[in-house]
Amino acid sequence: MQAIPYIYILPELFLSVAIMSLLMLGVFIKKSFKLVSLLTILSLAFAIILVLNQPSEVVKIFNESYIIDKLSIFMKVLTLLFCLFVLLSSKDYIKNNNIDKIEYPIIILASILGMILMISSYDLIVFYLGLELQSLCLYILASFRREDVRSSEAGLKYFVLSALASGLLLYGCSLIYGFTGSTNFETIATNLNEANKGAVFGIVFIIVGLAFKISAVPFHMWSPDVYEGSPTSVTNFFALIPKIAAISVFIRFMYVPFINVINQWQAIIIFLSIASMIVGAVAAIGQQNIKRLMAYSSIGHMGYALAGLATGTNEGIQSVIIYLTIYLIMNLGAFGCIFMMKRENIFYENINDLSGLSKNHPILAFSFLIILFSLAGIPPLAGFFAKFYIFMAVIEVKMYALAIIGLVTTVVSAFYYIRIIKVIYFDNPKKPFDKNYDFGLKISLILSSILILVYFIYPSILTDLVSSIEVY
Amino acid sequence: MNFPILSAIIFIPLIGAFFIFVTKGEQKNVERNSKYVAIFTSLSNFFLSILLWYFFDNSTSDFQFIEEKKWMSGFINFQLGIDGISMLFILLTTFIAPLCIFSGIHSIKFKIKEFLIAILVMETLMLGVFCSLNLVIFYLFFEGGLIPMFLIIGIWGGPKRVYSAFKFFLFTLLGSVLMLVAIISIYWITGTTDVIRLLDGRIPQEFQYLLWLAFFSSFAVKLPMWPVHTWLPDAHVEAPTAGSVILAAILLKMAGYGFIRFSLGLFPVASDYFTPLIFVLSIIAIIYTSLVALMQDDMKKLIAYSSVAHMGFVTIGIFSLTKQGLEGSIIQMMSHGLISAALFLCVGVVYDRYHSRMISSYGGLVNIMPKYALVFMIFTLAALGLPGTSGFVGEFLVLVGALQKNILVAVLASFGVILVAAYMLWLYRRVIFGKITNPEIKEITDLNKTEIYIFASLVFLILFFGVYPKPLFNTIDISISNLINNYQADLSFHLVKINN
Repeated sequence: MQAIPYIYILPELFLSVAIMSLLMLGVFIKKSFKLVSLLTILSLAFAIILVLNQPSEVVKIFNESYIIDKLSIFMKVLTLLFCLFVLLSSKDYIKNNNIDKIEYPIIILASILGMILMISSYDLIVFYLGLELQSLCLYILASFRREDVRSSEAGLKYFVLSALASGLLLYGCSLIYGFTGSTNFETIATNLNEANKGAVFGIVFIIVGLAFKISAVPFHMWSPDVYEGSPTSVTNFFALIPKIAAISVFIRFMYVPFINVINQWQAIIIFLSIASMIVGAVAAIGQQNIKRLMAYSSIGHMGYALAGLATGTNEGIQSVIIYLTIYLIMNLGAFGCIFMMKRENIFYENINDLSGLSKNHPILAFSFLIILFSLAGIPPLAGFFAKFYIFMAVIEVKMYALAIIGLVTTVVSAFYYIRIIKVIYFDNPKKPFDKNYDFGLKISLILSSILILVYFIYPSILTDLVSSIEVY
Repeated sequence: MNFPILSAIIFIPLIGAFFIFVTKGEQKNVERNSKYVAIFTSLSNFFLSILLWYFFDNSTSDFQFIEEKKWMSGFINFQLGIDGISMLFILLTTFIAPLCIFSGIHSIKFKIKEFLIAILVMETLMLGVFCSLNLVIFYLFFEGGLIPMFLIIGIWGGPKRVYSAFKFFLFTLLGSVLMLVAIISIYWITGTTDVIRLLDGRIPQEFQYLLWLAFFSSFAVKLPMWPVHTWLPDAHVEAPTAGSVILAAILLKMAGYGFIRFSLGLFPVASDYFTPLIFVLSIIAIIYTSLVALMQDDMKKLIAYSSVAHMGFVTIGIFSLTKQGLEGSIIQMMSHGLISAALFLCVGVVYDRYHSRMISSYGGLVNIMPKYALVFMIFTLAALGLPGTSGFVGEFLVLVGALQKNILVAVLASFGVILVAAYMLWLYRRVIFGKITNPEIKEITDLNKTEIYIFASLVFLILFFGVYPKPLFNTIDISISNLINNYQADLSFHLVKINN
């Protein structure tokens, strides 16, 4: 009987304790929303420090069902850091939209715990537990504005479809367990080969479940409705944070337990990738609601990330991680701009409301311009480098068709991004937006715009960080 | 010399743009200060590039002023360097940029601060294209130019500006993405995107054809070649005068430069193979677009179509792969840069005064604007290649080059020369001569002081290089000889390989 290595799961333990004590705090102290959200932000920051203090060598604990390696540390830091910024930038929105209930930050914290468990999981059971914890929290978040019909509809829709996906995922897990005799990733990898047809069947189910979570086509139907219906602060959260955990689990699944049957899953991932890129580019063209447009945009972006994943190489993983990081920065900025679209404390979501923004708010318009061109992948902005690394990896393994389709869809998607720029810069101005920007919102918007703009000066900073990441 | 002069030339406009970006205060003061900053940075950049030309060593074909900095984790470095070919393009860019700023200050009525920032950023990106010695850096600068140009057309353009800006953006982006695929493929085939090493080593022949086509798709759209030229008339017509000048004078030259540096340098076998394709497209461009130009009733559109025709000469010269042809095409690009800039500025002069680009609105301008009539005549004659103007030197050499390669091409291209003369002279006659049919234009005033200075500098250069083009030839001579030698050596190397 070995001692339980608490030291390795300090961040998880800390977050659990924080969730429970914040819940108590919220229950016993009246009108404590401000205090609770402040403490949430502080505990996220503290959790980042704890994660960064974890040992850098690979550690597998709890009977090899939980792993701490560079990939998990990087992804956990991303999750916590961007969750912190999301909370900071949505403060004003939460206050004005009557969702400043203590449950809000606590549920977010609980879903973060679930994601962190997912990221570190090295076992099907642990993975599923983490997934369910985060999914249940997300259902509640989607329908958080209870009195609003659209929000309730979004929550219900998300719940029904996501439960189905989880069911498929669980079915896939049980098939894998049945045909390989283990739930441990490494044992699965040794027992899995192409002759093992039943297990390959299980892989398909697992990929379907994961594809649902990152909203890859054809399992994307929920995301435009959920993005549009949820409160914008929740949409912001959905667009950023769950993607990190899902992508990281996707990487872990494909490269550890399933690496021996790469020929079986590669074609599926390529299909998902191409379909997502095309739908993400084409379907967004007609959108008028900016949140709906961001939903299609993130579908397209996930398509590019999957293209990197499909390569099956280490460069592929690194490019996916870089892509994800830059995607997060850009979307943080984009939603920051969306949060700024308010007149007299009423928030607007229509693209036409941005009309003539450059006249009334030149600085805001300029940062929106940078973010949109970056999302479109125009050099020398950060978004270009994200795509560049992906296509480096894709062309290395000679998937020219994938690369060319990907780049052509870039052009199509550039159309709807520059359509927004047209509204901002070329159209006639409307009434100006409010100027009482929240401090946290301003910080996160400025930070993301500057990072996007100056990334080209020293692009090695991210590649150096990522280059040491390998998947075990 | 250790001073990083190329980086300085590239980034000085960017620094100027940053200063303009951060100026705050009363609108009037901000606008005045921005104008001074923009003029100062662009002029000092011009003098710096003259200094660069002075230090430039004519006697070697090697790249000079090389700078290298670790950039993307060591596998792609930030490399700059120039040879004779890029030298001239740098001079052209730094000369045209101040002209655009002067003309913009007079004709742009709103958001002048943003306009100056866009022009300066544009200058940085264009200079970067001509200086970069790494394919990825080249792509970065080449594509980055889309953003400021899109805004220049879209914000300060004419009534159909949104359509034109979108067309320009999407056409060029679509052309360029294939080049990105090609650049990445080159990296995985040869292990480097360093241009110097790629020019020395040989890209395997079997890859050259597809790679050449990918680069071609980008350059053909940018140049533009028939049949992907349709964005150009729209963009030119709707862009403000300064935008048209940048487009015609420099942006199109980036593609010509790309053909010389990359298509010929990296893929000699494929270039040889595809030469007939280029000739056919160029001949169609020259004759077809000249005929289209004859039918235009919009002055800017006419000049835009004439640009397509002139660039047809350039591609014929480049792919004739003779010394005369190549040198001619570079001189042609330089002189077209000056002449088209001048012609667009001429249209800008009357547009600023009467707000019409239609030929039919004018007529008899010689009676009220004698100075204008004089400079317009010089530019018209230069555009049709009258001996004594720089237009003649380029066109003549291109035809000499083409004649050595293919007589039919040369003969058909000469038809183009006649057509150019036809539509340019007809344009001149309709706008300048005759009776004043439109009573409203009687109010128009002649050139003011700034305009006279701008035009005088252009007239001087066009006539000077028409009579004495030797400084230009001195600069490019060795680089061109070296390029042709390398090309022939590569070609025979591959032929030997095939025969064995």
